[in-house]
Amino acid sequence: MSTTSTPPASHAANPRHRPSLSQRRSRPGEVLFKLALQFCLLVAFAFLVALIAFAVIKGWNRLDPRLWQEMPTGAASRVARAGVQSAITGTLWVIGLTAAICLPIGIASAIYLEEYADNTRWYNRLLELNIQNLAGVPSIVFGILGLGLIARVIGLGFTVITAAIVLSLLVLPVVIIASREALRAVPRSIRQASYALGATRWQTTWRQVLPAAVPGMSTGAILALSRALGEAAPLILLGAVTFIRFNPDSLLSSYTTLPIQIYNLIKEPQAEFQELAAAAIVLLLVILLALNSAAILIRNRFQKRW
Amino acid sequence: MSDPNRKAPDVTDTVSSTRPAPPPVALVNPANRNEGAPRGDDEQVLRLEDVNIFYGDYQAVRGVDMTIGRHQITALIGPSGCGKSTVLRSLNRMNDLIPGARVAGRVTYHGEDLYAREVDPIEVRRRIGMVFQKPNPFPKSIYDNIAYGPRVTGMRVSNMDELVEKALRRAALWDEVKDKRKQSALALSGGQQQRLCIARTIAVSPEVILMDEPCSALDPIATSKIEDLMFELSRDYTIVIVTHNMQQAARVSHRTAFFTAEVDEQGERHGRLIEYDTTNKIFTNPAQKRTEEYITGRFG
Repeated sequence: MSTTSTPPASHAANPRHRPSLSQRRSRPGEVLFKLALQFCLLVAFAFLVALIAFAVIKGWNRLDPRLWQEMPTGAASRVARAGVQSAITGTLWVIGLTAAICLPIGIASAIYLEEYADNTRWYNRLLELNIQNLAGVPSIVFGILGLGLIARVIGLGFTVITAAIVLSLLVLPVVIIASREALRAVPRSIRQASYALGATRWQTTWRQVLPAAVPGMSTGAILALSRALGEAAPLILLGAVTFIRFNPDSLLSSYTTLPIQIYNLIKEPQAEFQELAAAAIVLLLVILLALNSAAILIRNRFQKRW
Repeated sequence: MSDPNRKAPDVTDTVSSTRPAPPPVALVNPANRNEGAPRGDDEQVLRLEDVNIFYGDYQAVRGVDMTIGRHQITALIGPSGCGKSTVLRSLNRMNDLIPGARVAGRVTYHGEDLYAREVDPIEVRRRIGMVFQKPNPFPKSIYDNIAYGPRVTGMRVSNMDELVEKALRRAALWDEVKDKRKQSALALSGGQQQRLCIARTIAVSPEVILMDEPCSALDPIATSKIEDLMFELSRDYTIVIVTHNMQQAARVSHRTAFFTAEVDEQGERHGRLIEYDTTNKIFTNPAQKRTEEYITGRFG
């Protein structure tokens, strides 16, 4: 676009009443708009970088194997030797169970809604509407439901399984919506081809539609789980209690998770606790970014051209 | 509707009493396939009697009567929106997949009502296959594309490799793909993909193959290959083809049905069958003025 490569205006064989092509005009509005857009992007990005930098600097002294080799402590005198191991294992237990509960249910619901449900029926439309509404319910509400229904009435108590069920309910709408998108992205022509060969609906879904939708579904699933990973609010109600000094060993163990642990550490006045909290934040961010990168990788790797 | 005597002509049904007694080909029992069916061009495979097709409240096709003969190529032609694809899809119940679609009247296959309550649409589609406008191979290998049909329909295949080879040879694709059967079908050219779709359809040994504008997405060379193939296949299969291309209908078909859209008293457009005859008659000496106008390019 540089003007040096265009011939001088005197050589241009333009009709006299038209401006020469080589007279580039400046357009201030154009430039301003672009700058404004870049500024907005910068604000969003700067906050993210500042957050990470702050956490890394503050927690630098504690970013070492103690973090995952040692158990948490409540005593200020022992905090220099403390870590967050039980929170890491607790998080793995809870998220692993959440995946095991919400993925099968979510994907099955999505298959029903996309492949089987007759959208002209009012009850199917009502279901759809409610799923979308559920996705907008604040997570603390799910926590209250879990406390009242699952922990108390059903009597599972403040355990790993209670937390996993509540987090599953929380992210289920996200899983369903993402899986439906993935199913919808599979071209109708593939289904028609399968039906025209005499395949049943189940065969068509299981052998053609699902395999083609798996990349999109796994992307959605990972994003949903990373949301569950960062949740603290409902678990506060569900007894992810302060300083658990042991790893969960069954579905009915007490537990704590990283976000809860971070919350508890930050409450303490001593600087040593704050440092440990910052280190735990870095760890949580690394796990989240790793999960999101995996989602992007899967999406790019398996994206299908039709 | 599910009483065991349903194959006996129903005297209360005026339409069925005027047609010959159907040979008992039970759609629910694959073992009866082709049993006692003599080879001959005069035999009717499909018959439409006063067929009306609706999408919800909208009537897309009105009052179609026609018969489709064995081992013939029948072409359905007409301007866009005349209902020819809708009629085609009604022949193997692909319309069932469209919410709100409904067929009234009778569509019979060897005399058996395709829309009777006890007929299994899955079984219908195993007998009456379909090739679509846009080539739509599965995102799998060439081999798996062909093996899919026999696998899902539970055909007892002693040698799948052999069946795949036969289907590919039959669709005139073998020489081009024999060394890359395990490669993705999506790597093939458009014309090759369409022949693969035909091979895939043949692999489940249907009696009838419906083709919905099979060449409209293809270049002339690929088109001519498909046309040769259709002609070749018509020795063993009954073919019904919808085409926008009149030359194609004239080149490949034995009989041609001309459809057009008509506006009724309420101002609604319906597809109607205007004329149905041998292709030669339709293209040289049509009985209807509208057919002639369409053939000669004066409307449509």
